[in-house]
Amino acid sequence: MTSATFHSDATRQQADAWRRQTSLRRFYTALGVGLLLLAMFSSMWFADEANAGHFFERLPHILDFLSWLIPKDWNDVWRALFDIASPHDKGTQEFNFPLGRVYVWGGFYIPEYFELMLTTVNTALVATFIGFVFAIPFSFIAARNLTPSPILRLVVKRFMELLRAFPEIVIAGLFAAIVSVGPVAAIIAIGLHSIGALGKLFYEINENVDMRPEEGLRAVGANWFERVRFADLPQVLPNFISYTLLRVEINVRASTIIGAVGGGGIGEELKLSISRGFGAKTLALVLLLFTTIFIVDQFSAWLRRKLVGEQAFLMGA
Amino acid sequence: MTNLTAEEMLSIEERFPHVFRRPLYQRFGTLFLFAGTVLYLIYAAWFFSLPQVLRESHWERLPLFLSQWISYDLQPEFRLDQPEITPKYPRFSALGDNPNPDWVIKNPDGTYTVQIDGQARSVTFDKTQATIVAYGQTVPISLTGGKPVVTGPVPDWVTVHDDEVVAKMGFVGEVRVTADRVKVRKRFLGWANFVFDTRSPFFGKSAGEVVSLIVSGPELQPGTSNLALAGDNIWNNAQWQHGDVWTKLLQTIVMAFLGTLLGGIVAFPLAFFAARNLTPSGVLGQVLKRFFDFMRSVDMLIWALFFTRAFGPGPLAGSAAIFFTEIGTLGKTYSEALENIDDKPREGVLSTGANGLLVQRYGVMPEVVPIFISQTLYQWESNTRGATIIGAVGAGGIGLKLWEAMRTNSNWANVFYMVLLTLAVVFIFDNISNFLRRRLSRTIHDYNRLQAQQG
Repeated sequence: MTSATFHSDATRQQADAWRRQTSLRRFYTALGVGLLLLAMFSSMWFADEANAGHFFERLPHILDFLSWLIPKDWNDVWRALFDIASPHDKGTQEFNFPLGRVYVWGGFYIPEYFELMLTTVNTALVATFIGFVFAIPFSFIAARNLTPSPILRLVVKRFMELLRAFPEIVIAGLFAAIVSVGPVAAIIAIGLHSIGALGKLFYEINENVDMRPEEGLRAVGANWFERVRFADLPQVLPNFISYTLLRVEINVRASTIIGAVGGGGIGEELKLSISRGFGAKTLALVLLLFTTIFIVDQFSAWLRRKLVGEQAFLMGA
Repeated sequence: MTNLTAEEMLSIEERFPHVFRRPLYQRFGTLFLFAGTVLYLIYAAWFFSLPQVLRESHWERLPLFLSQWISYDLQPEFRLDQPEITPKYPRFSALGDNPNPDWVIKNPDGTYTVQIDGQARSVTFDKTQATIVAYGQTVPISLTGGKPVVTGPVPDWVTVHDDEVVAKMGFVGEVRVTADRVKVRKRFLGWANFVFDTRSPFFGKSAGEVVSLIVSGPELQPGTSNLALAGDNIWNNAQWQHGDVWTKLLQTIVMAFLGTLLGGIVAFPLAFFAARNLTPSGVLGQVLKRFFDFMRSVDMLIWALFFTRAFGPGPLAGSAAIFFTEIGTLGKTYSEALENIDDKPREGVLSTGANGLLVQRYGVMPEVVPIFISQTLYQWESNTRGATIIGAVGAGGIGLKLWEAMRTNSNWANVFYMVLLTLAVVFIFDNISNFLRRRLSRTIHDYNRLQAQQG
């Protein structure tokens, strides 16, 4: 670090070149950040303009909504959750919680929300199952190293991309017109999306598979199906299941959202409750949803860690 | 392949007990799993009352809807109880105010002929009788008795109701005959009036005519140039609502962009305090991590409903919803990336006596920034897809428009148009994000290679 390093001409030239490069680099970075900020602020302006209420105008009122959400009697949240009659009941739907009870056996009932939550979770599970079952064969066809035919591979890949990108609410809406509005349309919509999403993750795993067992089987004359079944599937199955569990989490959320646009389940009830202004009900629903999603997350994280270890958590897929 | 003797088999079994004498749960685990799955599926079928749903479903509607995505129909109606038969078209017919299609022919003898598919499928009628021609057959219908009566054999493509005869002609359309009117439905491939709607002065003109009008024609509307008028007419096309659709699409993009970017900006500093190896206090780290979990698991839907209540429906609410969810998602992934860093550069910078901020800047940042950007791009991409859905609950964007168009069950061509636009946007953004991420991972790869070379 002495000035002696700068004495020869060559080093000085090098230093100059380095300085020029860094200043150019800084200029590009500043330009990029500037453009990003410009895009950000113009987007903010655009979003604000297009919105029904404006940001600064509504900001002081944002707590109005929260204060509406907080019930006068906290016990109402529990009552709403378990469909117990509220003393505040004035014949309004807001407090008439027992209306929603689902009687299973005589006087034995489960609270409405638990059944709705069950619908949502079941929707997610069945949809994930559909995704899992169809994604496996697709992923073997779509993997570069395992595909039986390159043309077929391209077709399947594009098809899965389409399934992934196709807006879920359109599929849900189309099937709502066919199988009637309800969870079945949601299952189909989320299931089709899951095929595309899982298929992509699966075939990326397949492309990293160890090819030696496959070569061994090829040497004894196994056909494509046998090679895939006995050489590749055992290697990739733990990772497949790990990603599928991750998908269960995502699909629970997705089925909640689809529910809100007419797919049944807890999402629909939540949307209605908020739009009608039922504070205690809304809180009860949010509490239930929050707990369920937390449990599903934790359980699937635990299972994944058991299956494939820490490796499953490295890249947020 | 040689056959093994019993002795050899036994010796193999002895040498590899973990293969042959596995515990029960290992041997039958797969079977149990399979049986459990089957049982669950049976339960699910019962839970969703699948047999009933399937029984009541209308799968025959699927091809109908799908064909409506790429075609449109025209429905002229002919009243027979008026003094003179006149064709009537619906009020918002795709043919405009003055329809005179060449497939509705007034014959010299006073009868009308409507060609549904040329001469091969057509209907000819006057006040007393109608003749339907299709599939090489001719079906005469007498209208004199107060209700339509088919005189002669009834082919299977004709259905006779009490007061109506319906002739279905496949994709091209159908004819309905009652005593006092004839209704025709004729189907065309393509989208009607996609560019100009019927109110536009450019309606019904060929592309060449429109171009010559724009370039050198007289002003159709005094005070406005023809180019501006044409642009305005396209943008405000009443049937296709190009302007509205494109604005809503832009809203969806903006929502995803703003939400992800702001989420990243907020999550970035917080992640440093949440990362196990970098946080000054373990309690703070835990608090922040639970905060991220909360933001994520409250779910985009709840945030969207919350902010539509707070700000009113629109993209601001959608952006805010994505923003809040992304704080959780990006905070989590950022802090996990930080926990996986190589500690050596950090120690190196620390040993020079740099303060905390400088250590993060020069010891940690260079390692994680590519990963951060890559993860943010990934989220941006997936939010562009997800934003259509929260749009449907009122958070702005194309989602609500899509949902409304589908609810009416009639605007499937509009739905398809919006789907195509959405798909195009998703594909473009996928490719941008993939391209950028590949560039980034190449940088990381180069960096790793250089490090490996230098030992």
